[in-house]
Amino acid sequence: MTDAAIVARWQFAFTIMFHYLFPVLTIGLGVLIAVLKTVELRTRNAEYGRAARFWARIFAITFATGVVTGIPMEFQFGTNWARFSHFAGPVVGQTLFMEGVFAFFAESSFLGVLLFGERRVGPRLHWLAAVMVAVGALLSGYFIVATNAWMQHPVAYRVVEGRAEMTSLWGMLSNPYVRWQYPHVISGAMIVGSAVMAGIGAFYLLAHRHEAAGRVFVRVGVISGLLFSVTSLLPTGSFQGENVARYQPAKMAAMEGLFETQPRAGIAIIGMPDTERKELMDPIVVPGMLSYLIYGDFRAVVVGLNDIPVDQHPPIEIVYYAYHIMAGLGTIFIALFALAAFLLWRGHLFASRGMLWGLMLVMPFPYIANHAGWIVAEEGRQPWVVYGVQRTADAYSLNVSAGMTWFTLLGFMGLYTLVALLYLFLFARIVNRGPEGGEEHEPLGSIGTGAAVADARP
Amino acid sequence: MINSIWFVVLAFMLAGYAVLDGFDLGVGIVHFGIGRDDRERGTLIDAIGPVWNGNEVWLLAAGGAMFAAFPRLYASSFSGFYLALMLVLWLLLLRGLGIEFRHQVDNPLWRHAWDVVFAVSSALLALLFGVALANVLRGVPLDETGEFRGTFTVMLNPFAILGGILSVGVLALHGALWIALKTEGDVHERARQFARALWFVAVALLVAIVAASFVVRPDFTRHFMERPWLSIVPLVAIAGAAMIRVYLKRNDDLRAFLACGVLIAGTIASVAAGLYPFLLPGRPESDNAGLTIYNAASPENSLRIALGVYLFGMTLVIVYMVNVYRIWRGKVTSVYH
Repeated sequence: MTDAAIVARWQFAFTIMFHYLFPVLTIGLGVLIAVLKTVELRTRNAEYGRAARFWARIFAITFATGVVTGIPMEFQFGTNWARFSHFAGPVVGQTLFMEGVFAFFAESSFLGVLLFGERRVGPRLHWLAAVMVAVGALLSGYFIVATNAWMQHPVAYRVVEGRAEMTSLWGMLSNPYVRWQYPHVISGAMIVGSAVMAGIGAFYLLAHRHEAAGRVFVRVGVISGLLFSVTSLLPTGSFQGENVARYQPAKMAAMEGLFETQPRAGIAIIGMPDTERKELMDPIVVPGMLSYLIYGDFRAVVVGLNDIPVDQHPPIEIVYYAYHIMAGLGTIFIALFALAAFLLWRGHLFASRGMLWGLMLVMPFPYIANHAGWIVAEEGRQPWVVYGVQRTADAYSLNVSAGMTWFTLLGFMGLYTLVALLYLFLFARIVNRGPEGGEEHEPLGSIGTGAAVADARP
Repeated sequence: MINSIWFVVLAFMLAGYAVLDGFDLGVGIVHFGIGRDDRERGTLIDAIGPVWNGNEVWLLAAGGAMFAAFPRLYASSFSGFYLALMLVLWLLLLRGLGIEFRHQVDNPLWRHAWDVVFAVSSALLALLFGVALANVLRGVPLDETGEFRGTFTVMLNPFAILGGILSVGVLALHGALWIALKTEGDVHERARQFARALWFVAVALLVAIVAASFVVRPDFTRHFMERPWLSIVPLVAIAGAAMIRVYLKRNDDLRAFLACGVLIAGTIASVAAGLYPFLLPGRPESDNAGLTIYNAASPENSLRIALGVYLFGMTLVIVYMVNVYRIWRGKVTSVYH
């Protein structure tokens, strides 16, 4: 692969992974805010309304950062992947365009109402705005994952004069690959939202500050964290695994470090793939499990990497480790949230400092698990950009040199470091001020410094 | 036929972006001119706070429309204008942060820093958009495969720079008119004074660019001669420019602002009408006549599917936009009390 292609891949990987740190939180938080608003509307419990306003403030900075880092994504297909755009634009352009008109407009217009309009529109419309923001985030995710699913498993197209032509929009949107990939992605994002909510709540309880709000955060975060860490494994994770095995056997073999084609193939709990000797070093394997998970039969034969042409191998080590990090963390989340939920049910959770410490410190790990999952998806698809149809080496822009992309990659790194510092600083400030600072009519967003508001303050 | 419809759609999306996000950028350009202190500048940010993000989505939707309908244009122009486009992306990022992060910390230094970021990035964005549009009008050095390398030496020709300055001038006028519409008191008065002065600047620049485009693109005149009814587009733009002046005299802020929207949309529509059926013309000396709505388009079936999606989607968008502007109608101060 040429230098230009490699730098273009690094740039895409860096910008998309940085960007996804923010949507992965807003998808989960958006739904949880809608839940808080619903509880408030039904029980008239002001504590939930206050919690919703607090999380809306976190949502606002996260959404803004997600928007500004998301714009480069929409245009990078054209700047660095011109030959991919030319080939696949008639198909993937559709879903990206649909994201713009169906999801972004809804999200951005209702977010304004959610943040600044509580007094202007009344409780029901304000609740509707919260729901619509969540729906917008979920829809936005759907169009993006459907786009990615087409690159993983292209359907509903034919190639005319060297270009992909869409034959059915419905066919693309109901790609069998997306049916489990999408719920799996959303389930992962819900774990992030839940873990952050529970983690901040645990911090308040441990620090003996804002304890009423902290209890609400922990309760909602733990219940939803348990629910979604389970659904990330069953059914979404296991069916997504079946999809991968069926449509992308090379990716599945790399995920498990399976070199020999064999019956009774097992899943590797640990082990290190040695690509030179073509074996898994020091493995602990549960025999037959992989055959069972894919084919429902412990004796079924699973294809190994040795029987797949080398020019169709993904980078084995990265895919193997990323998959194991995701799956290992997922298992830990189930155990942690199950224990926390048990203590919550028995009424001991808020007094159990060890458990609260665990909930607080687990916060960064769902991010790692989500990103590791996407590394499996994207690195595992290599060397293809559109699986089986277009190679990554044939997809990058010929009129953009490696030097130009190095320049912009370094630029993105510098700029995004600044953005990350600012985001963390503002996040910490909002948490430090706590939910009680937010009186009912205090504006939450960019209206805060206006003369109008300055006058209204005592 | 469907290719021509998509040409109109793309022009409409770009014009929509220019009119809507144009006033956000315009507010940035006159941010320090009209907002004399911290509080006044806060009011200006409030005037665009709840709507700017929705306005910016028009750019993403226009990019998406280009990707779906004219993938070759999307691929060729974005990779060709690589560095300029990256600069636009970074400036859009900074502009967005300037608006959204400014109010987060109650400290005059923090706010002043974001004011500067917001103002500088808005002005540079307006400049770059103008340079880009002028370069499209002028044509780019396409090779036989329809690609080019838009280095800054290629892009920064006198015509394009004039286009950039025009864009800054017109959007500054647009921003000042929006501020006049949304504010009261001193800021409101100052915005009107700015608008009156900027009107002359904008008209002078428009005259200059029209004259220059006769030199750069002589075939434009022939275009309009062949289809005389198309001349109505530039005439509407001229009428918009004139009406701004009339409404400013009558102190009718809303109509003056709308007239400026007509001027901006009319200018972009005039460029589109002159270019048709070209999307990205080649320079006369280059090997390639240019990308047209036929050789850059998606296959017909894809175009048809996308048009259905588009019409349905835009109906929703119009409903959202009308609602947002209705909820946030009125002066800024009255909005939040």
